[in-house]
Amino acid sequence: MRLEPIANPGLARSLGFPAAALLATVFIASALAGLAGANPLATLGLILKGAAGSKFALLETLNRATPLIFTGLAIAVAFRAKLWNIGAEAQLYAGAVVTVILGTSALSGMGGFAVPFVALGALVAGALVLLGPVMLKTRLGVDEVVTTLLLNFIMLLLVSYLLEGPMKDPAGMGWPKSAPLDRALRLPRIVEGLRLHWGFGLALIAAAAVWFVQKRTTLGYEMRAVGLNPQAARFAGIPVNVVLVKTALLSGGLAALAGFSEVAGLKGHLSLDLSPGFGYTGIIVAMLALLHPLGVVITAIFVAGIFVGADSMSRAADVPTYIADMLLATALLLMVLAIGLTKFRVVRG
Amino acid sequence: MKSALGGAQDIVLRLSGITKRFGALTANDAISFDLHRGEVIALLGENGAGKTTLMNILFGQYTADAGGVEVFGAPLPPGNPRAALAAGLGMVHQHFTLADNLTVLENIQLGTRPLWRAGLGQAAARVKLAGLAADFGLVVNPDALVGSLTVGARQRVEILKALYRDARILILDEPTAVLTPQDSDALFDTLRRAVATGLSIIFISHKMHEVMALSSRVLVLRHGRLVGDVATATTDRARLAAMMVGAEVAAPKVAPAMPGPAVLTLRDVSTRTIGAAPGLQGVQLALRAGQITGLAGVSGNGQAALSDLISGLVEPQSGVMEPAITPWSPRAAVAAGIARIPEDRHKTGTIADFSLTENAILETYTGAPYSHRGLMNWRAAEAQTRHLIATYDVRCPGPNGPIRQLSGGNMQKLILGRVLDQSPRIILANQPVRGLDIGAIAYVHGRLLAARDAGAAVLLISEDLDEIMGLSDVVHVMSEGRLSPEFGRGQMTAAQLGLWMAGQGFDHAA
Amino acid sequence: MSALFDILMTASFWAAAIRIASPLIFATMGELICERAGVLNLGIEGIMVIGAFSGWMAVYLGMGLWGGVFVAMLAGMLFGLLHATLTVPFGLSQHVVGLGVTLLATSTSYFAYRLILPQVTSPPRIEPFLPLEIPYLVDIPLLGPALFAQTALTYLAFATVVATAIILYRTPLGLAIRAAGENPQAVAAQGLSVTGLRMGAVIVGSGLMAVGGAFLTLSAFSSFFFEMVNGRGWICIALVVFGAWRPGKALLGALLFASFDALQIRMQQTPIGQVIPYQVFLMAPYILSILALIVMSRRATVPAALMVPFNKGER
Repeated sequence: MRLEPIANPGLARSLGFPAAALLATVFIASALAGLAGANPLATLGLILKGAAGSKFALLETLNRATPLIFTGLAIAVAFRAKLWNIGAEAQLYAGAVVTVILGTSALSGMGGFAVPFVALGALVAGALVLLGPVMLKTRLGVDEVVTTLLLNFIMLLLVSYLLEGPMKDPAGMGWPKSAPLDRALRLPRIVEGLRLHWGFGLALIAAAAVWFVQKRTTLGYEMRAVGLNPQAARFAGIPVNVVLVKTALLSGGLAALAGFSEVAGLKGHLSLDLSPGFGYTGIIVAMLALLHPLGVVITAIFVAGIFVGADSMSRAADVPTYIADMLLATALLLMVLAIGLTKFRVVRG
Repeated sequence: MKSALGGAQDIVLRLSGITKRFGALTANDAISFDLHRGEVIALLGENGAGKTTLMNILFGQYTADAGGVEVFGAPLPPGNPRAALAAGLGMVHQHFTLADNLTVLENIQLGTRPLWRAGLGQAAARVKLAGLAADFGLVVNPDALVGSLTVGARQRVEILKALYRDARILILDEPTAVLTPQDSDALFDTLRRAVATGLSIIFISHKMHEVMALSSRVLVLRHGRLVGDVATATTDRARLAAMMVGAEVAAPKVAPAMPGPAVLTLRDVSTRTIGAAPGLQGVQLALRAGQITGLAGVSGNGQAALSDLISGLVEPQSGVMEPAITPWSPRAAVAAGIARIPEDRHKTGTIADFSLTENAILETYTGAPYSHRGLMNWRAAEAQTRHLIATYDVRCPGPNGPIRQLSGGNMQKLILGRVLDQSPRIILANQPVRGLDIGAIAYVHGRLLAARDAGAAVLLISEDLDEIMGLSDVVHVMSEGRLSPEFGRGQMTAAQLGLWMAGQGFDHAA
Repeated sequence: MSALFDILMTASFWAAAIRIASPLIFATMGELICERAGVLNLGIEGIMVIGAFSGWMAVYLGMGLWGGVFVAMLAGMLFGLLHATLTVPFGLSQHVVGLGVTLLATSTSYFAYRLILPQVTSPPRIEPFLPLEIPYLVDIPLLGPALFAQTALTYLAFATVVATAIILYRTPLGLAIRAAGENPQAVAAQGLSVTGLRMGAVIVGSGLMAVGGAFLTLSAFSSFFFEMVNGRGWICIALVVFGAWRPGKALLGALLFASFDALQIRMQQTPIGQVIPYQVFLMAPYILSILALIVMSRRATVPAALMVPFNKGER
């Protein structure tokens, strides 16, 4: 058995395999629901209803999608350059910490005009957190997968320390959470009365910006070249290490904006449970979108819908919420296989 | 070396109607021939004629679409490498199939004992290996790491791998492509001894003098078909070449050079040694405008170091390079008017998943008109690519298709075009025709000669001594990072250059 | 500093270090085998979780302890098969597939756990492996109680290291596996199946990883809870690098690492522990792993074909 690359896949193959992957995922979801003793179709229906069945549900989904768009973009940017940034979780929390620090500081005197500065501060924090592992990679050849992963654990412990110590809310009744952000520095709602905040708008703008950078700028061209063949890129004169550093700054910054958005837009303060794994889910969002920035918006909403729907469903039925995680992990693996099968065929001898 | 031809008796290998297709390409088309005991057959054909595919079918790496193979009268199960090895077929690959981080003994023993056995049986293996080394003149240190061996030594290990498995039919793929003339002679001696013990040999080659000297019979492949099956004694180079290409092949006409001033000089330059690759050791080199400077030498002797230096990838550690530009980088080299044609067009020359356009501007995208203030101008890039495609005869579906679809020759033409279009003063051509068919080879050589006639200084690095001696106006030899003095065209014979390649001339000169 | 010395001179400290090292030893050997064959297995974290869960669940549902270990191993091998199928014959990205396997194995464990025990707030305990004292050897001062009063599963961990070393370096199978990770073309040229070797290595390695996870539930903690593995899988990847892909060195790395972990737990009880926040102590293992990677980055000889997919006939 061997693999033969396909020169011109054609539309049927390029769309057919991914579609089959999604279909298979739905089938597996039904099977899991059945395993839990629930009616498969009813379960799927409950998930759909919970995701988009009402105005409240839809807004909840979009809210949940906001940080996923940011982390999805962060990972799409990084993975395109073959930079394996698995530390989006740490970068997110770094952004959240800086958001709180700046958001409860004297900056509040500037009112709403200070918000961009807070966002910028968060972005820089996230960029710096990823910069460390990337410098280790370019200078010492240390693989960034494990270093970024380990940083996640280190950062969580750091946040735990901060929330129990220096950043603890004095009016918080002893719970480990930070002081709330000044009202003036909160992200406003997009429409008065609805729960959706401007973090979502910011996420859409970020997606458009990333798309523009990748398609139209020299940096986008360099990032793609470095990701596909760093040796050829270096030979041609592209400064590979500089490109990787720029990619790290962009990727880390985007992930940190997820933290900024959650704190300044949704929650108003920082607690340890700010992120239920947005950094890791971002990987699924990015891969399902085939690393395309505009696709990330769509898959982030899709993935958020699954989580929100599953939450709502599991309150009504007896199926554990982890069905959502299983579903998405399966979708990830099947999609990777489907993409592979669009590029080559399996041949005997 | 011509051994007595066996008759219809003693057919050790028979191929009948072997056909193999890859998609739309027919790599082998109904190939049939017999190999007799004690025969030495040369399989001749240009790159892409289907020789290696045929050998891969014999060894079970591919399964033929039609036809069959018989070894010593018994049918060979297709697609089964173990069966091929068990039947007595032994292959010496062109790109050695050796693991650098394992020892010679480990490489030879790999796969020779059933996987469920408890021990390696190294003691017995060493004895057998020593016996083979003595019988066939193949001296190696069993405990050396393969990564530390010279190219000639590695080939000895490849051959020993086959002999250790009691091969009765030896197949060698371009065996002298990377050897010095002296190493080649040692190889021929080994092959003679092998035939004397009853082995039969097929060797793949595109080098005429080898074919004429070694073989008793020649098979010629062209575009997947067997177009010639002649006894060597009854033919000559011209007729073989005609069969190989299907037409008369004219030797390239090289007009005498009119060299100008030196445009790049290295004075006593040394660079760092990295791993097994030697750095430059006090190299003196002057590249003159309007002249082709050939660099001969077995690969792994510092050619990569010299190429990396001139390409801008490394700086001299000591000595002076003129023009002296700091900081030195690939971009600085390009800005200094150096055109670089890298050794490996797949790994270093192009980005496979990029389009032709994206590949065409790899070196030039930072300047006008391809980008402005960080924004790309794709229309200008595409126009330039169309211009290159037309001017350099690149056969392709269009500028925006992925470059991986192109054949090796067309890929090389695009690479050639993107650097020559900048009117460079200096051209570094590193193995520029490796793996190309005869038409593409002629095209590339023609372009290099034209560039020379227009006043460029060309540095031609090649493992193929014939290519160097045919094209170069002056020749240097590289050995272990040292550069020989300059030799004029026709001043040295291949054998004399071979001595330098083996390092001998350097010791006298020092 | 005398507090430090006091800690180091107790047998209970070294016994704890070896206990902490045991799951790491299993998982590190598992990853080492995968990487020696040329496959990076980032599913290690998730496979340890499913090993922990399935081993515990088997015992909770009535199987014996060794039955639990066996079930854990099977679960690991199953996910190893998934990983191997996608990365070896199909040649898909080992990074993405590995992360996907980790996510799938982890979520499968949590889903199944909630299915079996929907309402529970504190996880039910099982009867874990009990220490198995080796007579005479256990009476050696300091070393005895440290080394020879461990559970049978720990002894198995050390035996695994010996077995791995012997198989890798002294058998034709081990030679073939090493060659697959150095130059798969060489393996194919000698008539062996690269696909078979790599898949087999990943499956067996994943089984070992799962047994390492099962150690956590069947020996260390006696029950299963979320976030149990807590990054040990990633630490084992660093340990493979630190051990330069050699079983003996990797064992030393695991022991060194576990000693630091045992140390930081005890240091929290000393005067220093009152001054430095406990989170700093907990960070120590992860920081140490990063340091280990930095130290070994220039020296180690990586298997030359690690993460390079093999396609027949490609030259």
